[in-house]
Amino acid sequence: MKRVYKITLLFGITILVASCHNNSAPNYQYFPNMYESVGYETYSESNAFKNGKEGQLPVDGTINRGFVPYEYENTPEGYELAKANLKSPIDSLDRSSDKGQALYEIYCISCHGAAGNGKGKLVEREKFLGVPSYKDRVITEGSVFHVVTYGLNAMGSHANQLSAHERWLVADYVLKLRSQL
Amino acid sequence: MKKVGNHNSNSRKLFLSLALMLTFSLTSFAQDATPAAATEAPVAAQGGDPVKGKELFNSNCAACHKLDAKSTGPALRGIAQKHDMAWIYKWVHNSADLIKSGDAAAVKVFEENNKVPMTAFPALSEGDIDSIIAYTSEVKAEAPAPVPGTAVAGSSDQGGISNSVILGALALVMAMLVVMLFLVNNVLRKVAKANGIEVASKTPTTPIWKAFAKNQFLVLVTSIFLLLASAYFVYGFLMQVGVDQNYEPIQPIHYSHKIHAGDNEINCKYCHSAARVSKNAGIPSLNVCMNCHKNIAEVAESTATPEYSKAFYDEQIQKLYTAVGWDKSTQSYTGKSQPVKWVRIHNLPDFVYFNHSQHVTVAGIECQTCHGPVETYEIQKQFAPLTMGWCINCHRKTDVKMEGNEYYTKIHEELSKKYGVDKLTAAQMGGLECGKCHY
Repeated sequence: MKRVYKITLLFGITILVASCHNNSAPNYQYFPNMYESVGYETYSESNAFKNGKEGQLPVDGTINRGFVPYEYENTPEGYELAKANLKSPIDSLDRSSDKGQALYEIYCISCHGAAGNGKGKLVEREKFLGVPSYKDRVITEGSVFHVVTYGLNAMGSHANQLSAHERWLVADYVLKLRSQL
Repeated sequence: MKKVGNHNSNSRKLFLSLALMLTFSLTSFAQDATPAAATEAPVAAQGGDPVKGKELFNSNCAACHKLDAKSTGPALRGIAQKHDMAWIYKWVHNSADLIKSGDAAAVKVFEENNKVPMTAFPALSEGDIDSIIAYTSEVKAEAPAPVPGTAVAGSSDQGGISNSVILGALALVMAMLVVMLFLVNNVLRKVAKANGIEVASKTPTTPIWKAFAKNQFLVLVTSIFLLLASAYFVYGFLMQVGVDQNYEPIQPIHYSHKIHAGDNEINCKYCHSAARVSKNAGIPSLNVCMNCHKNIAEVAESTATPEYSKAFYDEQIQKLYTAVGWDKSTQSYTGKSQPVKWVRIHNLPDFVYFNHSQHVTVAGIECQTCHGPVETYEIQKQFAPLTMGWCINCHRKTDVKMEGNEYYTKIHEELSKKYGVDKLTAAQMGGLECGKCHY
């Protein structure tokens, strides 16, 4: 009798423990010092720095490898200057490749639409309104590059998602779309 | 009336444990359910017709103007009361000229809005502008106050609650059945006693376990079976140590991949742009969020689900604004930002090297292959086990993408000759070598 009782109890406890398995906590690790890095992990907290973050901003004036300074300012005058004077440095090989399209379909298509008519998914669903068709605006490759770099009105800057070269590819594809509208 | 006491009490215990289990499962369900605030009543449809105005407004003005809130430009509702129509025509057709001419009102508007020039719209006719003004002059539909009697809220919340209610009712019924069994048993015993019937005196037979212990063959077979079974479970337990499949932590901001990547079809790489070019996919920095959310301060009514209300989602956007230091009322950054402590989900051990760009850009593998149907996840979780066996299996099955990759042309020719195949798998390219991932 007692034994049966004990077995039932044990069984019940096992079921309870199993049912308490919690997905919001990580599992145990075997020899965690093989798993956890001794050095700082990206984005981790660390008291080695004043603000407690591993991710630090680069020192002012830092230039990353391959960076080409962009001399037009983020002002209406800078925009006009870029529109008039800025020319694309990419070669015909880049222009004929489909890289620009691939990038456009990641970064621009949601608002500007696959055809560049300003009817992207976000516009269709009325999340983001007032996206103009490329046809309705006077744009040059310089002005497109300028706007992708700095953003304009409701559009934000995409300079940290796209490198300068990639922005030129996108600008080229935008003009290609515009000519087809 | 003979009664086998042993049998009966066993089943009783079984019932009890079942009831216990059900009760516990109930509480665990209750913990999972998020309190959903009452969904707000839909805004009543507006009267009046300036439909054309709305269309024009949405395609031309809405990039910078909202009706009731300052955006890049000022809020436009009731703008006709502030300026006369002739002035508005001039302003819309070419605001820069108007400012240059020294018009006091124009200069004032220009300076109030951080001197951001408005795009000129010479193409809009005066009739068009009239329709837009008609649209902006519509009275704002007040959010209908909760009228007593017309119950709006609650109806959509039913799904979550009714489930736990049903489970609770079931548990209750079970508990009642158990109690009734006890009572019936007692009553029967009493009746038997009252009628003078002797209740089952146990006949002393050899208990079943003693009989079992005497049968050596049975004992042997049972112990072998038990050993194998426990080995199976111990192995299963050991193999899941350090595996975080389905890990689903609670994040500081409730970010729904379902809304962004699913409903709105935003490309994964829009936010995780580093996955194209770097080892890490990266946590998108908040400026990427602000590319859209500068303009989207609240979610649409239709985004709310029974589980998560509009108020809940709006609160999450507010959390983003607090973190990034964005002041909604002035449409500017305050400079007071604070980090968001995202909880990392996919965490490879320190002794494994994995490179996103190699898989995403070079191999052209879909994000979903490893991360699962993220576009359906309201709460992000780890889809793959991320064990070595899982990596290796995929390397064995997946052909290397050769098209448009000159780097592979020569080695592909040599290796396919060596293995006598047309297409090389990642494994044949050296994807199984220890040093590829562990060094």
